[in-house]
Amino acid sequence: MTTVKTYVLHTDTIFGLHSIMVDDSRYILKVSNLCVKLQNQILLDHISFNVKKGTTLAILGPNGAGKTVLFRTLLNIVPHTGSVEWMEKTQIGYVPQYVTVSDVPMTVKEFLSMGNRTRVKDALDMVRLTNAGIENKRLGVLSGGQLRRVLIAWALSDNPNVLLLDEPTTGVDMDSEEPIYMLLNEIKKKQKITILLITHNIHIVQEYTDDLLALNKCLTFYGPSADIVKHDVQRQIHGEPVCVESIKGET
Amino acid sequence: MPDATFFYSLFLSIFVGAAAGYLGSLMVLEKMALVGDALSHVALPGLALGMTFHFNPYLGAFAFLFITAVIIWQIQRSTKISFEALVGAMFTLALALGILMYGNELEALEEALFGDISQVTLLSAGVAALVCVVAIVLTKLIYDKLVLVMISEDLAVSRGINVARTNLLYLFLISVVVAIGIQIVGTLLVGFLVVVPAIAAKNLSARMKHYALLSAVLGITAASVGVLLWNFVSLNLPFPGPMVVFVGIAIFAFSLIINWRLKLTP
Repeated sequence: MTTVKTYVLHTDTIFGLHSIMVDDSRYILKVSNLCVKLQNQILLDHISFNVKKGTTLAILGPNGAGKTVLFRTLLNIVPHTGSVEWMEKTQIGYVPQYVTVSDVPMTVKEFLSMGNRTRVKDALDMVRLTNAGIENKRLGVLSGGQLRRVLIAWALSDNPNVLLLDEPTTGVDMDSEEPIYMLLNEIKKKQKITILLITHNIHIVQEYTDDLLALNKCLTFYGPSADIVKHDVQRQIHGEPVCVESIKGET
Repeated sequence: MPDATFFYSLFLSIFVGAAAGYLGSLMVLEKMALVGDALSHVALPGLALGMTFHFNPYLGAFAFLFITAVIIWQIQRSTKISFEALVGAMFTLALALGILMYGNELEALEEALFGDISQVTLLSAGVAALVCVVAIVLTKLIYDKLVLVMISEDLAVSRGINVARTNLLYLFLISVVVAIGIQIVGTLLVGFLVVVPAIAAKNLSARMKHYALLSAVLGITAASVGVLLWNFVSLNLPFPGPMVVFVGIAIFAFSLIINWRLKLTP
């Protein structure tokens, strides 16, 4: 088991999340015994996992399994018990599943300039939208794929070392889905960032992620993404939920 | 020749129009236009208290507006009942309470409902104008944060924005501006100044920066031209409020036509 040394909170770095220094610098996040209970309903039940720096963790599970709640807990929005410990000076970029932009008279340029230091052109460059001519378009008129890329660009503009992506291809047609994951993979390698992403797409899990965490309130599977093809793993994920032990060593 | 009170009122209407338009642009974006309109009526019991206990009725109006807004906001956060439904209930309750408190003072009730610029002095107009400027400046400081909260609350939190504190400050500022605006157009019509310049500006703006600015400019236009017309066009209106509304509606209609013809916004 990795030794964890707890640090004083650095609110200016990750808005009040628990900041730690892991002696073994392989990990950027350690979650142990995380429980979320709201109005007498258990939303997350004793979840424990670690995330290695520079890897992609897929989070899979049926609707209502607690995937978005897990993200909101990692962002310290939801009250919880157990511990969520981010590596010191972790900067998180977040892309939520839903945004309200249809009625906002705001251009892409204005959105990307909002609270960001990165130049708009550079931000668009990161997500391959430099030549799309969308800088002066309103957010509400973008295609699903363009909007997702703009949201990713916004999240990247604050120079994060972790990206949390809640179903990053929501509202995107099937043909445009894979290019977004390819892009994320490139960004991960180029900028050496860690990605946690919620998805329902098993192909994406296999192709673009390193580790898999299946949820149904509790952990139903936690291991290498490549194992998703195994019959017993499929049963663990899609069958009657059976909670697994938290961390059994490393993935 | 108009008297000094008229010029003080005209001066005040410029600042009230700017502040109501600017702050209202956020309320319209939040799809709370009806809330903005109804919330203003909540001031009535506060005005009655001021009159009864001989303190500045606009302070009473502000106190009632802000306390009600905070109560509604807290109930909404803990029960998930919609903001609109709560404002609807509180607004009718406040009207009933206000009318009860005014009793037989029908003239005072009429002034509260439709505004009374005859009481505007150089000092009161100056102080109110200063407060409006402060409200605009403070809102400008939190404008981007509020827009981000509207786009996605989680997104805002992920950037370290304290959503509760930002919303509370906005509620405080909108309560201040509405309380000041009551003097010009009354509790029944002040919501108009918060809502209509903003929706007209939305018809004409493709950019956020233009939208907020235009909303303030149209607020100034509706309020000041309304007061001017009320003074110079003899329609036997005892209060300028209805004229402000007519000018505002004309601006809104114009914005619709312009948008329809020029397709300024998608």
